[in-house]
Amino acid sequence: MAVARYIKDEKDQIIDVIYESGIHVKPSYSPSDLAAIGFDYEKDLADPGNYPYTRGIHPLGYRSRAWTTRQYTGFGTPQETNERFKLMISHGQTGLNVAFDLPTQMGYDSDDEMAEGEVGRVGMAVDTLRDFEIAFKDIRLDKIGSGLTINAVASIMLAMYQAVAEKYGYDPKVISATPQNDILKEMIGRGAWIFPVEPAVKLIGDTIEYSMKVLPRTNPVSVCGYHIRESGATPAQEIAFAILIANAYIDNVIARGYDVDDFVGRFSFNLNVFGNMWEQIAKFRAARKLWARNLKERYGVKKPQNLFLRGLFGGGGYGLTKAQPENNIMRGAYYALVAALSGAQTTALCSYDEAYTIPTPHSALISLRTLQLLMDEVGLRDTVDPLAGSYFIETITKQMEQKIEEEMFKIESYGGIIKAVADGYAQRMVARQAYEVEKGIESGELLKVGVNIYKEGESMEVELHEYNYESAEKQIESLKQVKRERSSSEVARTLKALENATREGKNVMPYLVDCCKAYATLGEMTGVFRQIFGEFQEPSLF
Amino acid sequence: MGDNEKRIKVLIAKPGLDGHDRGGKVVAQALKEAGMEVIYSGLHRTIDQIINTAIQEDVDVIGLSIMTGAHIPITQKLMEKIRQKGITDKMVLVGGVIPSRDIPKLKEIGVAGVFPGGTPLAETIEFIKNNVKKA
Repeated sequence: MAVARYIKDEKDQIIDVIYESGIHVKPSYSPSDLAAIGFDYEKDLADPGNYPYTRGIHPLGYRSRAWTTRQYTGFGTPQETNERFKLMISHGQTGLNVAFDLPTQMGYDSDDEMAEGEVGRVGMAVDTLRDFEIAFKDIRLDKIGSGLTINAVASIMLAMYQAVAEKYGYDPKVISATPQNDILKEMIGRGAWIFPVEPAVKLIGDTIEYSMKVLPRTNPVSVCGYHIRESGATPAQEIAFAILIANAYIDNVIARGYDVDDFVGRFSFNLNVFGNMWEQIAKFRAARKLWARNLKERYGVKKPQNLFLRGLFGGGGYGLTKAQPENNIMRGAYYALVAALSGAQTTALCSYDEAYTIPTPHSALISLRTLQLLMDEVGLRDTVDPLAGSYFIETITKQMEQKIEEEMFKIESYGGIIKAVADGYAQRMVARQAYEVEKGIESGELLKVGVNIYKEGESMEVELHEYNYESAEKQIESLKQVKRERSSSEVARTLKALENATREGKNVMPYLVDCCKAYATLGEMTGVFRQIFGEFQEPSLF
Repeated sequence: MGDNEKRIKVLIAKPGLDGHDRGGKVVAQALKEAGMEVIYSGLHRTIDQIINTAIQEDVDVIGLSIMTGAHIPITQKLMEKIRQKGITDKMVLVGGVIPSRDIPKLKEIGVAGVFPGGTPLAETIEFIKNNVKKA
């Protein structure tokens, strides 16, 4: 696999451009390039809102509705998170995106030995329903959707979200949660896995099945090519893995006897925006087309709206640099432009200080304003898919489609995504590519401003979000209080019912909701699963 | 460095709950390509697990990769255990998201070298080759 690079002659003239996914770029493009790839408007593009949706899933794009901005937020205690939510809503943010601390992501209570020093550090600590009651107080859960950045224990957090909504008087049918809930990508990239591959995928199947029946406005899975790309994958690999992972979840639910048309319309994607901008735009357009075709041809999906690749295109974390961090504000603006030119439904932007820490209120606001000014000030809402018809963009979109299919073929030839993840084949592919990129940066083949070119300039210490030991202690104290006040017999009863249901292979969701309502802790519920499922054994790197 | 010398053995370890392993894995691959024997711990290791692996595998170097901001307490805990177990001959390195103002603190605790994200791989490789204690 290639690293993006520019081949130059002795006069600094570019003689070849090669993108990360392996596409060679020519000095200029003309109608003959479109003829050479057999470009057909109706087949390859079609009007916006028409199959194969290369140009976008909606005929009017941002004219009918600007994108949803969903900056990642969540700090320390549920109280602080609630305050931050309200602040972001008052700034015009239209959806929440909840960050959880690592103990929560890994299913440990705040008073667990494993949680020491991590409580509330990179997001909100959640132990029981009480924490959600505080975090979502006075938030209109019927009006505002919540992204929940949680995977291994997404089933538990989704149950808790339903429990808090019911507690505040909302019908589960009107609430809209988007738990990330993509465990295969955690195993390839982000690392917040707990259970082995098969039971972990089964839990995801449970959330999809349950949402279909009880939480119809919830998007139970957000497939994250994002983190796979962050971990090193090329743009083509990012999409290839994301589609195959989504298929693995579809297969789990189909095996339960459901029609794919009944649930797949709620799937969404979280994809990354850093890198060469043309390559990213081609990637998003190709991804929409391939996803629609995959659903139609492989799964026989019938309803057009179920073929939509709906997604959050954003972030760009790996593209940001620690050197000259203020440059990241400009990088973020270009990445956001890529997302807008690619027709993102939802977006969020990594803040300029993310190479150091989670964003400060100041940096998060700069990111939000960056997104807002694209929509409201410089004209990204004017027309749908403004780059359509460009000889260059259409040629590389088609080439990107082929590169993605080649990557999908590699994994399928290996034995499928589940086997590739369980054996570490996928992880090694991504780690190898990360190493190639690093070597490319070091050799100067891959240019990064402030890192290996234009290095002179001011450096700065970024303002760090300090770890608050007092907040952690308060959280542990609040957990103790909940434990004193709750009915221990009700906790024992609901946990026992969860255990039985898990052993019998039933859908665990209703049992989790009961546990949450009884104020069972996250650690107690996860403990039931750990005991029955065991833990994922990470395959070797070499 | 001659071929007949003992190969340097390095444990790249991910302590704690953080799952960001891109950097750790990149460094592991670079050290391996530089001729060292590399063991990668995998994610979510406790300090005790890291120490046990370091002893069992008799490594020369323990490289911690920490991205969460908890580098000071984690490293303190590791150094305490190293003293308890009497394996102070092992060189300890720290990489990850480390603000520059914390580097002197880490060195005080007993860390031989700190390599924040963005450090050239060659610098880490050279540092290990030049500073590792030969048995």
